[in-house]
Amino acid sequence: MSEETKSNKFSRRKFVKGIGSSIAGGYILSPAIAKAAKKISKEAKDFSEGKVPLSLKVNESVINVMIEPRTTLAELLRDELKLTGTKVVCNHGECGGCTVLLNNKAVYSCHLLALDAAGKDVTTIEGLSSNGKLHKIQQAFVDEDGLQCGFCTPGQVMAAAALLYKYSKPDKQQIMKEMSGNLCRCAAYPNIIKSVLSAVEKSNG
Amino acid sequence: MTRKIVKSKYHFEPDLIETIGEVSIEEIKPWGSNDELKIIGKPTSRIDGAVKVSGEAVYTSDVILPNMVYAKILRSPHPNAQIKNIDTSEAEQLEGVLYILTYKNAPEIGWYYNTSYLFDKQVRYQGDEVACVAAESEKIAEDALHLIKVEYENLPFVTDAVEALKDNSPKVHEWGNLPRGNPDKYKRGDVEKGLKEADLVIEDTFTTQVVVHNTTEPHCSVAKWEGSKLTVWDSTQAIFNVRDSIAASLQIPASSVRVIKKYMGGGFGSKLEAGKYSVIAALISRKIKRPVKIVLDRREENLAVGNRPNSIQTLKAGVKKDGTLTALSHHSIGSIGAYPDGAGCSWPLRTIYKCENVSTEEYSVFTNTGKSRAYRAPGHVQGTFGLESLIDIAAEKIGMDPLEFRLKNYTDKDQVYNIPYTSKKLKDAYEKGANAIGWHRRNKVPGSSNGILKRGIGMATQIWWGGGGPPAYATLKLNRDGSVNVMAGTQDLGTGTYTFIAQVASEVLQLPIEKISITIGDTETCPYCGASGGSTTAASVAPAVRDAAEQMKAKLISGAAAILETSEEKLIYAEGIISVKNDPSKKITIHEIISKMRERVLVTTGARSANPEGYMINTFGAQFAEVEVDTFTGKVRVIKIVAAHDIGRVLNPKTLENQFHGGIIQGLGYALMEERKVDSNTGKVLTANLYSYLIPTIMDTPEIEVIIVSEGDSMISSVGAKGVGEPAIIPTAAAIAHAVYNAIGVRIKSLPITPDKVLNALTLIKR
Repeated sequence: MSEETKSNKFSRRKFVKGIGSSIAGGYILSPAIAKAAKKISKEAKDFSEGKVPLSLKVNESVINVMIEPRTTLAELLRDELKLTGTKVVCNHGECGGCTVLLNNKAVYSCHLLALDAAGKDVTTIEGLSSNGKLHKIQQAFVDEDGLQCGFCTPGQVMAAAALLYKYSKPDKQQIMKEMSGNLCRCAAYPNIIKSVLSAVEKSNG
Repeated sequence: MTRKIVKSKYHFEPDLIETIGEVSIEEIKPWGSNDELKIIGKPTSRIDGAVKVSGEAVYTSDVILPNMVYAKILRSPHPNAQIKNIDTSEAEQLEGVLYILTYKNAPEIGWYYNTSYLFDKQVRYQGDEVACVAAESEKIAEDALHLIKVEYENLPFVTDAVEALKDNSPKVHEWGNLPRGNPDKYKRGDVEKGLKEADLVIEDTFTTQVVVHNTTEPHCSVAKWEGSKLTVWDSTQAIFNVRDSIAASLQIPASSVRVIKKYMGGGFGSKLEAGKYSVIAALISRKIKRPVKIVLDRREENLAVGNRPNSIQTLKAGVKKDGTLTALSHHSIGSIGAYPDGAGCSWPLRTIYKCENVSTEEYSVFTNTGKSRAYRAPGHVQGTFGLESLIDIAAEKIGMDPLEFRLKNYTDKDQVYNIPYTSKKLKDAYEKGANAIGWHRRNKVPGSSNGILKRGIGMATQIWWGGGGPPAYATLKLNRDGSVNVMAGTQDLGTGTYTFIAQVASEVLQLPIEKISITIGDTETCPYCGASGGSTTAASVAPAVRDAAEQMKAKLISGAAAILETSEEKLIYAEGIISVKNDPSKKITIHEIISKMRERVLVTTGARSANPEGYMINTFGAQFAEVEVDTFTGKVRVIKIVAAHDIGRVLNPKTLENQFHGGIIQGLGYALMEERKVDSNTGKVLTANLYSYLIPTIMDTPEIEVIIVSEGDSMISSVGAKGVGEPAIIPTAAAIAHAVYNAIGVRIKSLPITPDKVLNALTLIKR
C-alpha cells in the first residue's frame, strides 16, 4: 500500500514531519501534545479540532494517523485506511462481521476504539494471504464452499484464523463454539464447519 | 440462428406474468439423462470464492469514489404523526454538513404506489423517512441528524392487524386499513357442499410472527452524475427495476441511468425494489455535484426495509374416513405495515392437494409498522405451516399415517388452472425422504417417549413456482486468445449465479472454466435479465447462456468450414478445436479462426426459450425433521433435517446443497426463535438489533441431508433447471413443528416455538 492511500488527510510523512518521530514506539500522544504540535507545524491546520494521533501496525505496516477519539477500529480500517475487506454488519458487537485479529486474537473491530489498538498488531482479511496466495483457511472456505453472499466471510475467516492460533487440533464442538460469535444470515454454517475442519486437517496433515 | 418475438408466460411468485420476449427459432435439444455432461451437475467451486474470502470483492457498501460524501437519514420516532415543522438551521451550521433534504425542499416524488411521497409530512410508522443529511463524513452526517428539530403532532395509531380491522380503529390511510377496501378471495367448487360430504370436519387456527430479513450487507446506494448521466451502485436483487424506478422518480430517461451491482451481502427478497435511499442519493448528488453514498445501519434494517408479514390463519378441512379431502377453506389476516403490499398465504392450500371445493379469504391489513416486503417464498412459508399443521391433525383424527394421508390426496394436475405439470416427482421425495429420516422411528403415540429429553419426527410438503421464463438474454464474447466473457443483466445473491453461467458456457464450448469470465449486474453493459427473485434466476438465465454458447459453437464451425474448405457437416467440435471427421489431421483452433478474421472478437446473444403452453411449472419437495425437546427448559433442538426435492436439473451440487442448508436454517430460525416485536403501547419496535432479534448461529446447525429426486425437466428449457432458493425454506418450520408435536404430544400452533410456549404446552398435558 502506498503512503498516499494509507490515510486521507494525514499521511505518515506529513504526520512525522509535524510532530516528530517520538511516537514510533507506538505510544499515543496526549491531546495536549497534539495541540502543541499544531502550533509548530505549518501543515497542522489540517489537524481538525479534537483529533488525536494514533500509531499501530496494520498488516505488518506501521500506520500513523490522526483520528477522532471516538473512531472505532472498524472505521479506522474502512474509512481511513480504505481496507474495505473488513465489513460492518451490525456495528454493535453483535454479529462478528467485522472480526479482525488484534495480536493474533479475534476481536470485533466495530466494538473496539481504534485507540485501544495503539501499539498493537492488527491483521485484517487483506493481510491474511501472502504473496498472492490464499491462506489455508481462505482456501478451505473456497474449496468447501463455506460462504454464499460472502459478506460475513472476512469475519468468519478471521475468526477461524484466530481459532487456529488458539488450538492446534480443535474438534467440531470447539470449532462451533469458537465460531458462534460470527453470524451468517445465508446460514452457510454446515460448510463453514467443514471449511474449518478441512483447514485443521491440512495443518496437521 | 434466426429469432422471433413471442408471447410467453411465467410465474414470478403467485403472479402469472405475460411477457413478450425474443427467442431463437431453432430449438436446442435439451440435455437428456444420456448426455454425458462434463461440468454441469458436477460439484464446482464458486468462481467468485477467492475474491470473497480475500476481502477483494467490492460490495456496494465498499464503493469509495473520489470526492464522495456520505448521507444519513433521519427517521420518524413515532408510529403515526403529522410533521408540523422541521428546523434544520442548527444542523446546517455544523462544519462539514453539505445539504439537507426534507419535505420542504424535496421534489414531490410519489412513493408506495403514490400513497405517500419520498418525503411526506405524514409519517406512518417508526422509521418513516423525515430528512436526509449529506456531509463530508458519515459521522458528521450522523451528528447533524441530532441537530434537526422536528415538531410532530402525534396521532392515534394501530400496530396489530386484528385491531386494525375493527371499525373504531385508527386509520393508517384515510380510506381505511385494507389497501383495496376488500379482502382477496378465491373460490373453486362449493365448500359447503364438500363439508357436508365429509365424515369429519376439522377447524383450527394457527399464527405466525413477523420476521425481518436482516441481510448482512445493509441496503445501500452510491450515486454519481456525469453530465446528465447517472450511475448508481446499488445493493439490489433487481438492477433493471432499480434503474426504471430511479428514472421514473427523477423524470429522466431510463437510458440515462446505469445501475451496477457486482456483489451483494444478502437480499432474501428485501432488495427487489428501489429504495428511497437510492433516489435520495441521486437527488442530493445532482444538487451538490459530488458522489453520494448512503448505507443504512442495523437499526434501520430492522425498522424500514421490509419483513415477512405475520398471519392469523383459520383453516377448515372436510375429510372422509378413507382420507379423501372433500373441502378446504382458509381465512387469513396479516399486517402489511403502513403501505400497500400483500400478506396473503393461501396458495399452498389452493395447490398442494387434490381438492375440488376450496375457498380462501385473505386480509392484508395496514398497521402503523414497517412495510412488509417479499421474504423468501412470501406467503408460502406461513401458509405451509398453517395447511400442513391442519393436514397433520386431519390424518391423526382419522387414524392415518400423515405421509399416507398426503399420498391419498396427491395430484398430478395443477388444482387452480386444471392443467398438468411439466414434471412432478413429489412421490419420490416423500419416499426417499422418509427412508433417510427413518420415518418408522417416529412415536406412534405422540409424546410417548420417556425421559426429560423427548425426541420426535415430523414432515411437511413444499410447492412453489420457480420455472422462470423469458425474457432473459446473455451475450457471449469469444476473444482471440480463446477466452470467453459472458454478459447477462442478472444478479448473484450468493446463490452461485456467476458460477453456473461459467459452467454452462464451459460445458457447451468445452473450454476450461478458468477461461470464462462473467459480467453481471450492470444495466449498461449487460442484456436484460429479470429480477433475481421467485427462484427464477437459474431457470431463466442458464438456457439463455446455453443458447449463446451453442450459437458461438455453430459460428466457429462455419468459420472452420470456410477456412478448411469443407462442409460444416463434416466437422466436429471438441475442446476448442474443430477437425474433419475422417481426417483428424485437418483441424483448426478457435484462436486460429479468430486470428484469420478482421474482427477479432466473436459475439453472440442467446435468449431463454418460451415456456410450454398448457402446463404448470412447479418445484416440489418434502422435508423431514427430527427434534429433541428438553421438557425441563422447553428448548427445542433440531437434530436432523432431510430435504428431498424436485428442482429439475442440478447445475452445481456444491452451491445447491449450500443454498438448501441456508434455507433450512433460516426456516429453523423462523420455527424456533425469530420474531420482530412491536410494543403496542408505544408503536415502537423492541427488537431493532441482532442482540434482541435472534437469528440462528452456528451452534443451532443441525445435520442436514439434501436429496434431489429430479433430473433435467426437458419440457421447460434446454437446460431443464428449476429454482432452489425458496423451496429450501418453505416446509422447514412446519416439519419442525410437527416433530415437536410428535415428541411432546401437544401441538404448538403459534410460531416461533419458544421455550415458554413449550413449557406452557407441557403444563396443559400435566393437567
